[in-house]
Order: sequence, then structure tokens, then C-alpha cells
Amino acid sequence: MGRTAVARVNSLAQISRGGPEVAEASLSVLPDAAKFVFRGRPSSWPVAAEAFGVELPQAVNRFSVKGGRKAYCVGPDEWLLEAVGEDPGEIFHKLSESLASHSCSLVDVSHRSDTFEIGGTRSEYVLSHGCPLDLSEQQFPVGMCTRTLIGKSPVILSRTERAVFQIDVWRSFSSYVWGLLDEVRREFPSRSRQM
Amino acid sequence: MLLIKCPFCGPRPEIEFAYGGQAHIERPKDPMSLDDEAWAEYLYIRNNTRGVHSERWRHINGCARFFNVRRDTISDEILVTYKVGEAPDAVPEKDRPTKGGAVR
Repeated sequence: MGRTAVARVNSLAQISRGGPEVAEASLSVLPDAAKFVFRGRPSSWPVAAEAFGVELPQAVNRFSVKGGRKAYCVGPDEWLLEAVGEDPGEIFHKLSESLASHSCSLVDVSHRSDTFEIGGTRSEYVLSHGCPLDLSEQQFPVGMCTRTLIGKSPVILSRTERAVFQIDVWRSFSSYVWGLLDEVRREFPSRSRQM
Repeated sequence: MLLIKCPFCGPRPEIEFAYGGQAHIERPKDPMSLDDEAWAEYLYIRNNTRGVHSERWRHINGCARFFNVRRDTISDEILVTYKVGEAPDAVPEKDRPTKGGAVR
């Protein structure tokens, strides 16, 4: 069977265009990434880590980074593996070959979600309008990630820098979450409007 | 909003959780040997406790794991949370699973 080339369109492509520029809380769409959910028995963890090239954090709700690849620990035996700008097929093939003799599950979820970033001095404040977590640095330090809610939508929220959060959200909810945060940040003055 | 202590994630807001029904209900080892009444009891009959109740919760919008909670149904106070498979000292004898059926 021949392969049909289907161009992937980021679900935030439309809504992210032409918004206000707010320095206190800027929103930007992040590039598409290959994404996998990996779950397995402890014996398979180092194998997956080696094949993917990133250490799998053992602490729940922490992520590790190496180059353009990230491993988010979102549950005690569950990781979201992310490789920005890479081909999911190749990585999946490599991982599944390495893990063939192990009791585990690996699912390609590259199509499922899109990621955007909120950065700026008031990003924590803006997120708090929809997210019930305590986002202070003591409770949600840099390097933490977790599934949580923003408004009514489940997301994976991670803090990459003191004032920068990344939000991984399912495609069908992405414009809702973006729109919610965009509306909140409009209380701050916007510098210019691009059309 | 209530804070519920997930055994994996720590204290988290109530809206991240989903209720999972009464805890410590053991599936009968040999369902084929049960008559309809016993099977129906296993499937449908639950305590309606006024007071301390053992129940399952799931941190669906968090680590997504099931765990157990002991909650006072009068005050809504959560007394203890613990992982599935753990038997905390806080669980009194009368609330431990009975053979092949619901907690009495």
C-alpha cells in the first residue's frame, strides 16, 4: 500500500495569528514534535531511556531534557517522550525494536496534541485564572510537569524556566485553552497589533 | 475546594479527581461457582456508610492512578489516602475486605 502524504496542520495555526503582543504574558506556538506514551515494568525503563537517548525521570511530575528531546514522567510508570521536529516513524521503530522482549506499551501520540508556551513576568498569574494548582516556585519548580486542568480542558503543564510554562493540549481543546489565556492577558497593555 | 492528597503527586485540587466507588471489593476467585444472587451482590450491592467509608479515587487529571481513600461521609473529611494494594494501619478490621464480596 502506498503512503499518502498528509500535511499536518497545527491546530493553533489560525488562532495564534494576529493576536496582541503582551510582554507580561506572551503566547507562542511551539513546533510540532513526535510524541509517544511509554508505560512498562521497571526492567524496561533503562532500555527505553537508552533507545530514546534521554534519561527517564523516576520522580513523578518531573521532566528531563537532552537536546530537542524530552521525557516527562506523568505517572509512576508512565512517560511522555517528545522529540521536537523529528519523524515519529523512525523513533517508534527504534524504540519498539529495543523494547521487543520487554513487557511494556509504546503508543505514538504525535497527532494528538499541540504545544504552546506562555512566557513573561505575569505568566503564572495568567495561568492561575484557569489552573487550580499552586504555581508558585516552591510548589511548581522549574523542571516540574504534570497533567492538570486549564479551565475545563486536560493539559500537560510544565515549567521550563522561572517565567515560562509549556502547555501540551489535545488538538480539539487547543483553541479553547489558547483563547481562555488570551482573554485573561488582555488586561495588560498590548504594545502593538499585528494583522 | 478540597485538597486531596494523591499518594503519588501530593495534595492536589479536588477537581482533578474522579470518584471510583467503594474500595476493597475483591473479585470472586471463581465466578462460575457463584449463584446469581451472590454474583449480583458482588456486582451491585454496596455499603451506604454514614461515617468512615473506604473508597477508590482516581487522579484522572494528574498521574491517572487509582488509589484508596478513607473519608468520613458526614463531615467529608478525608482521613487517609493510600496506594492500591497497601493495607494501612488506619483501616480497621471491620472495613477490611471480606472473602469474595463487599465490605460489611
